[in-house]
Amino acid sequence: MSEQTVSTAAVQADPLKQTATGVRPISWKYPITYAVLAALAVLFVLTIPAGARTHFRLSSGGDFFEIPLVELPSRPAGWILAVILVALAGLAIWQASRRIRTRLWLPLLFGVLFVLAFLVWAGADRGAVIPLVTMLTGALALSVPLIFGAMCGLVGERSGVINIAIEAQLLAGAFLAAVAASVFTSAYMGLVFAPIAGALVGALLVFFSVKYQVNQIIVGVVLNVLIIGLTGYLFSTALTQNPELWNARQQLPRLPIPGLSQIPIIGPVLFNQTILVYLMYLIVGLLNIFLFRSRWGLRTRAVGEHPKAADTVGIKVNRMRVYNVILGGAIAGLGGAFFTIGQGLAFGKEMSAGAGFIALAAMILGRWHPIGALLAALLFGFSTSLGNTLATIGTPVPSEALLMLPYVITIFAVAGFVGRVRPPAANGTPYVK
Amino acid sequence: MKLELRGVTKRFGSFTANDRISLTVAPGEIHALLGENGAGKSTLMNTIYGLYSPDEGEILLDDREVSFNGPGDAVAAGIGMVHQHFMLIPVFTVTESVALGYEPTRAAGIMDMAVARAKVLEISARFGFDVDPDARIEDLPVGAQQRVEIIKALSRDARVLILDEPTAVLTPQETDELITIMGQLRDSGTSIVFITHKLREVRAVADRITVIRRGAVVGETSPQSTETELAGLMVGREVNLTTAKEPADPGEVSFEVRGLTVLSSADKVVVDDVDLSMRRGEILVIAGVDGNGQSELAQTILGLRTPVAGSILLDDQDLAPLSVKQRLAAGLGFVPEDRSTDGVIGAFTITENYVLDMYDRPPYAGGPGNVALRLPVMREAAQTQAERFDVRMGTVDDPISTLSGGNQQKVVLAREMSRDLRLFVASQPTRGLDVGSIEFVHRTIIEERDKGTPCLIVSTELDEALNLADRIAVMYRGKVVGIVPASTSRDVLGLMMAGVPADEAQAQAATHHTVLAEADEQAEAEENQ
Repeated sequence: MSEQTVSTAAVQADPLKQTATGVRPISWKYPITYAVLAALAVLFVLTIPAGARTHFRLSSGGDFFEIPLVELPSRPAGWILAVILVALAGLAIWQASRRIRTRLWLPLLFGVLFVLAFLVWAGADRGAVIPLVTMLTGALALSVPLIFGAMCGLVGERSGVINIAIEAQLLAGAFLAAVAASVFTSAYMGLVFAPIAGALVGALLVFFSVKYQVNQIIVGVVLNVLIIGLTGYLFSTALTQNPELWNARQQLPRLPIPGLSQIPIIGPVLFNQTILVYLMYLIVGLLNIFLFRSRWGLRTRAVGEHPKAADTVGIKVNRMRVYNVILGGAIAGLGGAFFTIGQGLAFGKEMSAGAGFIALAAMILGRWHPIGALLAALLFGFSTSLGNTLATIGTPVPSEALLMLPYVITIFAVAGFVGRVRPPAANGTPYVK
Repeated sequence: MKLELRGVTKRFGSFTANDRISLTVAPGEIHALLGENGAGKSTLMNTIYGLYSPDEGEILLDDREVSFNGPGDAVAAGIGMVHQHFMLIPVFTVTESVALGYEPTRAAGIMDMAVARAKVLEISARFGFDVDPDARIEDLPVGAQQRVEIIKALSRDARVLILDEPTAVLTPQETDELITIMGQLRDSGTSIVFITHKLREVRAVADRITVIRRGAVVGETSPQSTETELAGLMVGREVNLTTAKEPADPGEVSFEVRGLTVLSSADKVVVDDVDLSMRRGEILVIAGVDGNGQSELAQTILGLRTPVAGSILLDDQDLAPLSVKQRLAAGLGFVPEDRSTDGVIGAFTITENYVLDMYDRPPYAGGPGNVALRLPVMREAAQTQAERFDVRMGTVDDPISTLSGGNQQKVVLAREMSRDLRLFVASQPTRGLDVGSIEFVHRTIIEERDKGTPCLIVSTELDEALNLADRIAVMYRGKVVGIVPASTSRDVLGLMMAGVPADEAQAQAATHHTVLAEADEQAEAEENQ
């Protein structure tokens, strides 16, 4: 009968106080990553020949302030950067051991400094100049479609519809932008039609996935194939036969913003752009406000997290999803216009070249948050631009390996290395009453 | 507001869920709708709330006929509903949850959070709810989440409030608080429809009681009726509310869990340093409010989750290195919590479901390497077991999804108990079942115990725990708060379910009786007379 009496052996003094944190293992993956990268930076510096110099060009052709070439003694500059990197890695390790949450500035600062250290090493004593501004401009240009695509994915997935057809929407936008601009001989008309193309693809996606509850991933894949095929067919028929009418090059003019565009380095990169890029800033900013502070945002998130709960307070779940996916499609279509009229190029077959999928990865890496997705897309754009630059100046690292970087980052991101990503709970699930 | 239903009928295909139901709820009245699982209570309420539209009949509010195109219309007409499964979004704050669908906005649809927040605070203050408007829903205990649901309804000026099985997730003390709240609401003129299958609550709370069975109203009565009368009405025959069982005759210790710690997929500790020890021939019920680690504990014993620390020993054999299949072969019987997703495969036949974990070994498989299935042997075994377990079915070749929940559960039990067991683990074995099936499941478990098998049952129903257990272990936030004999009072168990250690709970319960405990005493006194 002894165990029939009240047994308190298993009870700690106060179960309330003893929950969760005590046993959770410390996550060492970030500190280790930082430490490895910092060690790599030290290695870079050690291999720099004595007395070497690295040259940076901090302005491009038509800048207001012409900054002369910056020449740095490679070794001392490298050592300064390496020491700071080691210190940051040390800070990360200390924070992890004390279970202090690492703030966002640490990986950002670490990333920037590491890239600088890398450039100092790569450009040391090669006679080549590292065109920093050109590289950053290139990075932004490569990021623009990714950012638009990620915003498109985000608007759809926050409402619970997986959009794997971003690629198709970008491509459709690029196509119709080129054709409309060519036919009307006005790049701005391209800007009017591009979102329509993307929205139409979005409409097809919701038509099948919301109205007929077809598996959203399958519909997305099919739409990608459909649009690649359709634009490819039209390209090799009408567009190739009569390029003057259908596929003449048109370019959106650059509109430098007075004042802002004259800031050294960032001015020409950020504020000497076309209206399309300014629209992108606006869209990211508005989404960041509206998603978290507006009625539309609250309802969108509710529908994506728990559609039944949204239904019981009178929100039309499927209507909300239809609107959002079409809106997202329009955003991606606009982004597609950057491939053609944004850069003054004619339409080319499959010219989006997988940007839609990288945009999807940026959205996941950015945890379905506009700012996070923006940063992730910029990271992808920058690593591609870095690869391009290094390919031209010639470095000890094969440039192909660097061009692979965005995809490697994507795999790690999607595999959950950047922490447990939490998608909207009802993402991909059709809502049936 | 007065709510009246006249001949409301709702069909799903050939199945009539509600059959000409008529009902009147007077203003400022708590009207209990009593019926067992599957009687059609929730369907009826979803019809009133505009989630379903009735096939026949009419709904009247203050004598005026209304028809709803969706919950939005019902809410606008003054009907509020607290669903059995809360309609709350875990990542939202309390303010966001309350505002959703009725957001106060400024220009361009930007929300006016100050107004929304003030509304939450105002209603909280009016009814003495202690709810932080900025807390995230997922961080709140279930009782508080329920109060958020009530605030939600009240913020839209609900004058008829439907509470669907509101006590299912509460501890007895939380239930007590809910009863007080219901009283306050009634006094302020709100009509309340209180849906439940628990007889004790109905008698303590309701002004009037309508009993429904198989979709139809079978009677209207007053709370003065005895529990036996109500049970008879609800089930349609005389029922034994408690299952008769001999006292346990525990043998030697055969199953032990030591220092078991399990993390969730989000790296939260869900089972926290749990120690259990079970003897042959005893039933240990793990009680506790849903979501305190019981399900994860059961899953870990089966091998679906890998613990980060601790060991599981069955007759001194460490189960840790064994796969699920090997554990089943070692004599573990397991009834999962969610019958429809984990217990059976709906599209498979009864036979196929019956052999689901034995299909690859004799006598059900043969030939070299047991590659061939012996279908006739399977059918015959399924047929025999189905008869033994009283499964009501067409043939064993029907898809199992054509059976009622109770009969599906009997197939699961037949499967798990057809092997020689050294340990039987069941998670929520009677969830969603009708009274008849519940009796059957309980009897079957007791028979298994009497054969000498240690039975570990996870149950969130306190009634079930008290009815079935030889000992009760209460879990709270992943920890075993204490292990107490089955004769422990509800009040003590309720406090333990809120994390109060057993001895302290006993001291507290001695001075503070819950309303239901007092009602119980009264009922006992009446029956004795």
